[in-house]
Amino acid sequence: MKLTSRAIVMMLRAPVRTLWRRWTRSMLLRVVTSTLVVGLVAVAGLGAYVTTQIRDGLVDKRVEGILSESASDVAGTQATIEASTAETPGDLQRLVNDQLESIQLGAVGRGLVLLQAPGNTSPVFLTPFGSAPSGSGPALDTVISRSLRESIVPDGPQFWQFSVIPGTDIPAVVVGAPLSVRSAGDYELYFVYSLENEQATLDLIQRVLALGAGVLVGLVLFMTWTVTLQAVRPVRAAARVASRLADGHLSERMRVRGNDEMATLATTFNDMASSLQRQITRMEDLSRLQRRFVSDVSHELRTPLTTIRMASDVLHEHRREFEPSVGRSAELLATQLDRFESLLADLLEISRIDAGAAQLEFEDHDLAEVVRYQLEGLVPAAAEQGIELRLWVREGVNTASMDVPRVGRIIRNILSNAIEHAQGQPIDVAVASSSRTVAVVVRDYGVGLSPAQVARVFDRFWRADPARARTMGGTGLGLSISREDAQLHDGALEAWGSPGKGASFRLMLPRSSGGLGVREPLPLAMHSDDFAALATRVNLSVEAVDR
Amino acid sequence: MVAKILVVDDDPAVAEMIGIVLRADGFDPVFCDHGDRALGIFRAEQPDVILLDLMLPGKSGIDICREIRAESGVPIIMLTAKSDTVDVVLGLESGADDYIPKPFKPRELIARVRARLRRNDNGAPGVVRIGELEIDVTGHRVARDGEVIQLTPLEFDVLVTLARHPGQVFTREVLLEDVWGYRHAADTRLVNVHIQRLRAKIERDPENPEIVLTVRGVGYKAGGYTP
Repeated sequence: MKLTSRAIVMMLRAPVRTLWRRWTRSMLLRVVTSTLVVGLVAVAGLGAYVTTQIRDGLVDKRVEGILSESASDVAGTQATIEASTAETPGDLQRLVNDQLESIQLGAVGRGLVLLQAPGNTSPVFLTPFGSAPSGSGPALDTVISRSLRESIVPDGPQFWQFSVIPGTDIPAVVVGAPLSVRSAGDYELYFVYSLENEQATLDLIQRVLALGAGVLVGLVLFMTWTVTLQAVRPVRAAARVASRLADGHLSERMRVRGNDEMATLATTFNDMASSLQRQITRMEDLSRLQRRFVSDVSHELRTPLTTIRMASDVLHEHRREFEPSVGRSAELLATQLDRFESLLADLLEISRIDAGAAQLEFEDHDLAEVVRYQLEGLVPAAAEQGIELRLWVREGVNTASMDVPRVGRIIRNILSNAIEHAQGQPIDVAVASSSRTVAVVVRDYGVGLSPAQVARVFDRFWRADPARARTMGGTGLGLSISREDAQLHDGALEAWGSPGKGASFRLMLPRSSGGLGVREPLPLAMHSDDFAALATRVNLSVEAVDR
Repeated sequence: MVAKILVVDDDPAVAEMIGIVLRADGFDPVFCDHGDRALGIFRAEQPDVILLDLMLPGKSGIDICREIRAESGVPIIMLTAKSDTVDVVLGLESGADDYIPKPFKPRELIARVRARLRRNDNGAPGVVRIGELEIDVTGHRVARDGEVIQLTPLEFDVLVTLARHPGQVFTREVLLEDVWGYRHAADTRLVNVHIQRLRAKIERDPENPEIVLTVRGVGYKAGGYTP
């Protein structure tokens, strides 16, 4: 039972939801529906009012006529009875019968009932008289209510009441009046008038009204639909063109017809689209030029640099054969060439990113593997300064869609930066993931960063302490490039620091193109105890690099 | 035997410098400074390794690479001044075995050349079967149903490395070390492109490989089944 009711709810939910979606998405549907509702309510109210007024008018007039007719008939009958000399019951009976038949002769749609008044104790007894308006039909006594009978007293006025002719639903008016029949005592005369004609007239009027109302509502609906469609169609066209534009079809335009408001909308819209197109084309041209320039510079610089590089290395290898000052010069040449080269590479990379020319090749890869690979590569450099590198990986799948060389470079950069500032303290590296995000935190316990320094740490060529020598041979562009690389992945690279307590860098990458999740897999600022609590230590195979 | 190296580069300074470095290590360099003459010199000299610049007057390095590959499996190392992804991938796809981005150190160049010259002797010789393929390691021959498939020495090395341990997953880094001779920090696209080329030759349907399988997020392995 429970299951079936749930099934019914489920069955109903889908169409309701579809209807709701159509309702919220279609202005046309909303306007037409509200017009229909308002129109129906208005027409129904108006119809009810008009019908009531007509009915009241018809009935009031008819009742007036009925009352005067019945009053004159009663008065005539009473006068005839009093003028006659009949005394015997038979004579009286005949007199009354003759008189009632004569007044019935001229009347249409009327029935008569003669009843003995309740207080009449006369020994002379008249047969009660009754005739239906149509001549046949059931006894009319039943339409005479007790309340009407009670209000009629001898020599009193006539009373009337609405009723229904028994066995039908035809409305009727019942008029009652007292009649004194000489020695036979008090009687009551009732007229039952049928309102069949009035009912028929009213029915006809109602039918005509309903037909008129239906036609009117239909007409209004049609007009609303047409008018709304006229207003909605250009809006729909504009929406369609706008979405085409957004999809990159920059030459898409709206059709301009006439010179009304819609035409103005279309013209303005098209102007906007043209302006957008111009801007975008210009930006694309600029970007293309920049890319071309970077590529040319790259090629033109690298060719002579290749010769210089090789020549310098050949000299460097034979430096011991030269006299000391020449040998030292060869050494300086070689080391500074290294620096020049990495600077050139970084500059080219950053201008490529600036030009929007960076191309990423995504593949699913384990972030922990990338981190381990880069860590192992840096173990010798860290060991030279007595720094221990510790890797912590939390249980779970740390796979994300990434450009592996770029992510490797980010990690290498933040690790080199940490080694440079660690002051001989160990460096903790943690990898963890949430449902949508993978993250790596690199934490050192060295000189640290002040909040002002944190704000600038990703600036190009910025260094925390200009007096400090660069031990890791950084170019001053590494962290800037890293942040750009992270953003190319729709990820984030953030820094935290505290003077004297060290610094922390966190890279977060989305698992797929869905963007970063709300839950952060790792906090940005971590204590050295946190690592062991969060993840398990992974041993680094150092000899693979030492070989 | 002195290995002969064909250096195709239009910059005279670079070519001369490469010549000095190669001679110092006991190689025999021959030179070509124009794209249109490269194929003729290759045919005349029959070098053991080709160092090929991509940007050349006349025929481009990519085209030369493709033409040489059409008639020979000789190791080709590209010299690229541009490290743009597209150029590197295009060069590798046209048949180059390896690439060195300019500027490079002499030591690096020599290491690359030596790695290409060293025949990869994957342990014991003999015949290895994988899927429908019969690999004659000693004779450097691969056949399917008795029909010989032409592989370059590098492609052959990749296949043998994988086929000797069916089912074992090789990461791209391990393959780079085993086949290309890199120690660390190299471009894994090398592996991707060569696996594609290898599949195009040995798989019945390269879109649904049955011999060289991808292990997502890790690397590659040889399919272990024998039909």
